[in-house]
Amino acid sequence: MSITIQDVEHVARLARLELTDGEKSQFTEQLNAILKYAEKLNSLDTDNVEPTSHVLPITNVMRDDVERQSLPIEKVLLNAPDEEDGQIKVPAVLE
Amino acid sequence: MSEASKYETVIGLEVHVELHTNSKIFCGCSTAFGAPPNTHTCPVCLGHPGVLPVLNRRAVEYAMKAAMAINCEIADVSKFDRKNYFYPDSPKAYQISQYDQPIGENGWIDIEVNGETKRIGITRLHLEEDAGKLTHVDGGYASLVDFNRVGTPLVEIVSEPDIRTPEEAKAYLEKLKAIMQYCDVSDVKMEEGSLRCDANISLRPYGQEKFGTRAELKNMNSFRGVQRGLEYEQIRQAEILDSGGEVIQETRRFDDAQGKSFSMRGKEEAHDYRYFPDPDLVRLHISEEWKTSVRSTIPELPDARKARYTQDYSLPSYDAEVITSSKKLADLFEESLSYTKDAKAVSNWIMGDLLGYLNANNLELEAVKLTGQGLGEMIGLLEKGTINGKIAKTVFKSMLESGKLPQQIVEEQGLVQISDEGALVGIVNQIVEANPQSVEDYRAGKDKAIGFLVGQIMKETKGKANPALVNKLLIERLK
Repeated sequence: MSITIQDVEHVARLARLELTDGEKSQFTEQLNAILKYAEKLNSLDTDNVEPTSHVLPITNVMRDDVERQSLPIEKVLLNAPDEEDGQIKVPAVLE
Repeated sequence: MSEASKYETVIGLEVHVELHTNSKIFCGCSTAFGAPPNTHTCPVCLGHPGVLPVLNRRAVEYAMKAAMAINCEIADVSKFDRKNYFYPDSPKAYQISQYDQPIGENGWIDIEVNGETKRIGITRLHLEEDAGKLTHVDGGYASLVDFNRVGTPLVEIVSEPDIRTPEEAKAYLEKLKAIMQYCDVSDVKMEEGSLRCDANISLRPYGQEKFGTRAELKNMNSFRGVQRGLEYEQIRQAEILDSGGEVIQETRRFDDAQGKSFSMRGKEEAHDYRYFPDPDLVRLHISEEWKTSVRSTIPELPDARKARYTQDYSLPSYDAEVITSSKKLADLFEESLSYTKDAKAVSNWIMGDLLGYLNANNLELEAVKLTGQGLGEMIGLLEKGTINGKIAKTVFKSMLESGKLPQQIVEEQGLVQISDEGALVGIVNQIVEANPQSVEDYRAGKDKAIGFLVGQIMKETKGKANPALVNKLLIERLK
C-alpha cells in the first residue's frame, strides 16, 4: 500500500490544513517512507498476538460518581474568541 | 400511502439515551439539566491541553445494566476510542466513544403492534460522551456554544434493520423508553433531549433481498415526530423510485412544523472519523463478578410485569400493555391493589379517567397528586355504595388535584350518596308532579321517558341519589 497525493489532500482536508503543491509532494514522500519502515513489522508472525490498544499494564481506572466544582464562568470564557450571554460565540458552520 | 405499497420499508434506529449520573462521564462537573450556559464545565470537558479524563464507574454500570435489560451479551474487555470530527459543539475536536469493543452486543427487545409480538434485534450498545449545544444567531451567521452538556454520559443503542413500518418504529421507541425507565438509568425525556433518535430508512421492492439505498433521518423531537418523519420519507422515496430515479445516500433533517425532511448540505463527504483507541483511557475488564452484581440490580421489566398482570389479575393484554408502558403507572396500579381487589376497575380508571385527564391537559403523571391508596379506596367506596359512579368522577378529579383521600373529599364536599328511601320519596313525588307529560308518555309505553325523570331527580340531588333506588321508587310511584 502506498500513499498518493490524493490521500494527502484528503487527510489535509479532514484536518483543515491548507497545503501548497510542494508540501503535498513532500508529505506524500515522507508518509510513504514511514509506511515502508512500518512494513518491516509484516515479516513477524502475529497470528497469536492480540492487538495492543494500550501499552500500560493497567485496567479499570475509575472514579466514584461524585460531583465536583466547575470552573467559574469568567475563566471558562477566557479562551473564547468572542462571547455573548455567557456563551462562546463562533462563526456558524453550515450544515 | 398507495405510493409506498409496492415497496417494503426497512428501518433501523439509533437511539441515544443520556444516563442520569450525578457527574459527567470523565470529570466531576454536574449533569443537571437547565443550568446557566457553560457553568457546568471544567478543563477536562472543555478539552484543555494536558488534562486527563477519568471514567465514572456508575456510567459504566448504568450502561451494563441497560445492555443487560435489552438482552445484550456483555463484553469481557471493552475500550474507548476517539471519533474525530471538527464541529463547534465538540471542544476537543473528537468525541470519546467506543468503536469495535462496545459494552454490549447482540441483544433484542419484543414489541407489540396490532396485537402481534415482534422481536427487534439490537446490534450493539456503546458508551460515549454527549456534545455541546449550539444556538444559531445573527441570521444564521454565528453560533452560541453552551458546553454544559459536553461529557454527559450517553449510551447509543443501534437496532438491526428489522423494523418494517413507522408504527413499529414508534412501538420500538416506546418499549426502549419503558425499559430504560424501569432500569432507572435515564430520565428518558425526549423534550429535554435525554432520549434522542436517528433513523436509517430505505425501500426495496417486495421479495428483493438486497436493501435499497438509505437516507439517514435526524432531528425528530418526539415519538410522533419519528413516526411522521418516517411516513414522509417512505412517500418521498417511493415517489423517486416510481419515477425511475435513484435515492441518494444522505443525511436529512426532519422539520416537524412543516412535516417535511430536507437534505443537510455539506455532508456529502463520506464520514471519515478515523477512530483510534483513546490513549488517556485504559482498557476496561468486565469480570463475571461485576456482571453478576450489576445484573442483580435490574428490576422486573415491562414484559415480565405485563405477563404477571394478565396471569395474576386476569387483566386483558391491551390493558396490561398500556399500564406497564410506564413504570410509574404500573407502580400506581399495584399500589391501588393493596386497597381493592378489583384489578379491572383500577385499570379502567387508570386507562380512562387518568390517562384521559393527562392527555387532555398535556401533563405527565408526576404532575397529578393521585395515590394508589386514593384510587383503591375510592373503588371500595363505590362497591359499598357510599358513592355512585357519577360522584366517583368528581371525587377522582378532586384526588388528581388535591391528593386527598376519597373519604375526606366525600365528607368535605358532602358527596355521600343518598340511599335513604325517606329522603328520596319526597323528591321523586315532586319531579313526578312537575312533569305530567313524561309520566303520561311512560304510562303509554314509552320506557325511555323514565330516563328523563331519573335525570331530573339526579339533577335535583346534585348527582348524589342512588340511581338504583331512584329507579325502584319511580317505578313504584308510576304504577
